[in-house]
Amino acid sequence: MNKFTEDDLKKELETKEYEYGFYTDIEADKFPIGLNEEVVIAISKKKNEPEWMTEWRLDAFRIWKEMEEPDWANVNYEKPNFQDISYYSAPVQKPKLDSLDQVDPELLKTFEKLGISIDEQKRLSNVAVDIVVDSVSVATTFKKTLNEKGIIFMPISEAIQEHPELVKKYLGTIVPKTDNFYAALNSAVFSDGSFCYIPKGVTCPMELSTYFRINEGGTGQFERTLVIADEDSYVSYLEGCTAPARDENQLHAAVVELIALDDAEIKYSTVQNWFPGDAEGKGGVYNFVTKRGLCEKNSKISWTQVETGSAVTWKYPSCVLKGDNSVGEFYSIAVTNNFQQADTGTKMIHLGKNTKSTIISKGVSAGHSQNSYRGLVHIGPRAKNARNFSQCDSLLMGNLCGAHTFPYIEAKNKTAQIEHEATTSKIGEDQLFYCNQRGIDTEKAIALIVNGFSKEVLNKLPMEFAVEAQKLLEISLEGSVG
Amino acid sequence: MLEVKNLHASINDKEILKGINLNIKPGEVHAIMGPNGSGKSTLSAVVAGKEEYEVTDGSVILNGEDLDDLAPEERAHKGIFLSFQYPVEIPGVTVTNFIKTAINESRKAKGLEELPAKDMLKLIREKADLLEIDRKFLSRSLNEGFSGGEKKRNEIFQMAMLEPKLAILDETDSGLDIDALKIVANGVNKLKSKDNAVIVITHYQRLLDYIVPDFVHVLHNGKIVKSGGKELAFELEEKGYDWLK
Repeated sequence: MNKFTEDDLKKELETKEYEYGFYTDIEADKFPIGLNEEVVIAISKKKNEPEWMTEWRLDAFRIWKEMEEPDWANVNYEKPNFQDISYYSAPVQKPKLDSLDQVDPELLKTFEKLGISIDEQKRLSNVAVDIVVDSVSVATTFKKTLNEKGIIFMPISEAIQEHPELVKKYLGTIVPKTDNFYAALNSAVFSDGSFCYIPKGVTCPMELSTYFRINEGGTGQFERTLVIADEDSYVSYLEGCTAPARDENQLHAAVVELIALDDAEIKYSTVQNWFPGDAEGKGGVYNFVTKRGLCEKNSKISWTQVETGSAVTWKYPSCVLKGDNSVGEFYSIAVTNNFQQADTGTKMIHLGKNTKSTIISKGVSAGHSQNSYRGLVHIGPRAKNARNFSQCDSLLMGNLCGAHTFPYIEAKNKTAQIEHEATTSKIGEDQLFYCNQRGIDTEKAIALIVNGFSKEVLNKLPMEFAVEAQKLLEISLEGSVG
Repeated sequence: MLEVKNLHASINDKEILKGINLNIKPGEVHAIMGPNGSGKSTLSAVVAGKEEYEVTDGSVILNGEDLDDLAPEERAHKGIFLSFQYPVEIPGVTVTNFIKTAINESRKAKGLEELPAKDMLKLIREKADLLEIDRKFLSRSLNEGFSGGEKKRNEIFQMAMLEPKLAILDETDSGLDIDALKIVANGVNKLKSKDNAVIVITHYQRLLDYIVPDFVHVLHNGKIVKSGGKELAFELEEKGYDWLK
């Protein structure tokens, strides 16, 4: 298989970005703060959307207005003032710096540790080029190869124009507008995201990848991703997220919908590295995301996530196993440090016969952080012989952090087999001394232990992502032991 | 090579070592024997730099350098190796990955490049063969589910890889049956040279049948109460420790 690596992708993005000319004529295009019907209409207009789309958004807005922000998650934060956010921000021509010397040295150090090339460093720190995506999607690349296979991979804003029949048919069917507060908000104001369609019988020859990045201060980011794998097709989709350090909290409320038709398989991997706030807990991204996939007969959806960023995470990538013999998987590593809070997990909804799901969740907590696993395994009355295996492991560092597990199990069919295993362990002084004695310093020892702990999940990531993810784990735990 | 001078050390304000003196030259094997609670393991931990122990007086000098201010990993980089009595488990980290990291961290500390993967593999195979270690063993998680013998053999394997100047074997014989004991001792003997030194900490004389010491020291209540040649070990075997108290 002709595999595209992350490097290839980055290179392509670098060389291709201006071809699509997103930024040139929309400098400093940011809406005033606040949200009302006019703003929703204006967003829709900005994107030249057809009327049905505008109506769809308005409907979502009206639903959202009646909803209340949920507070059942095990997180504490100051609720965002939703009238204090700008709901549309197109990339702005930033003042370009002349050289890397002008960039924050801390940021450069991080890049270096991540093994990001000089070119890439320049790109990320706005030195020479600007590929930043606030709300507008960057060019999706290598369209030609994909075209030949009939694969559609484009910003969702373009898909609304070019493939309205597909968007209309599937948008909001997995995560309806009424699903929850943030999903409703997203439905009203989503500005961009990715759309992907794999035709019948096609195996996508490369990993499809999207980078999200919040750059503009005081903006919310609301991407909308829709992936449809038609019968007997296969796609692996990667999503990477970064955000620069900012004092104020930024809101990120995305919706991802996956549809795996009969015999199809979707593998969806995320490496999330939104700004987690500083060591005192100031700033950071609020990450309130709804991700869900629908499995038809004999199909499979696999979620893999490495979550190291965000001040507050609220996220439960889920599978609705509607079709008989369908399979759902969830592999997750969530790392929290300093004052981060994560409440994350999954929902496996077994509806069809012989459906199978696997949940492997690894939580690593350090500093003053709180890390919760919350998962639902639901076996419907029709789901004969459904099986689930869940494993939740927590690793604690120091005495100030917390790890919590909230498993929910609902079995409405007697033939169901459900297993749940959970462990909690602490990185021990003895383990550290053992590593130290072999010449491995404490920081490296922690990285080694955490990587070992996370191995089952890291192994599920595509190769290039796995390397990046390992380094991220290392960086996000730096300074976590005195 | 190693000079321990009037070493006093305590943990939680309780004094365990009460003035230890030792002088170890390259090529020598020293055995430290003594009853439970005499301070044998404390001595090894203090030499290795474990931070819970506070050195209240005296010093540990390796090749003329006082180790007092050095972190455990820095001491390791200078050639001190401790074979643990109870090696810890690190789930998910393979024996190979662990030793690779250890070697490369030591090389980094010395300003050397990482050892190329090919050379690393070759070295690992060579040492595994020397110690009759099955290749499959190398891809298992470190010490996870290892038998007592496997744990100790793994310690000696790491010692072989790191080629320390001074190796301290803390109760390496505990939990070993006679066959495992022979293999481990045999490994240590193969690694001995005129340039390195070994301290063998043990309760019993039987390990010393296989690793023959040049000197035997008896530790009691935080002090060395008697030193002698290898015949002292036999005497201890026969008479126990009571006559020395």
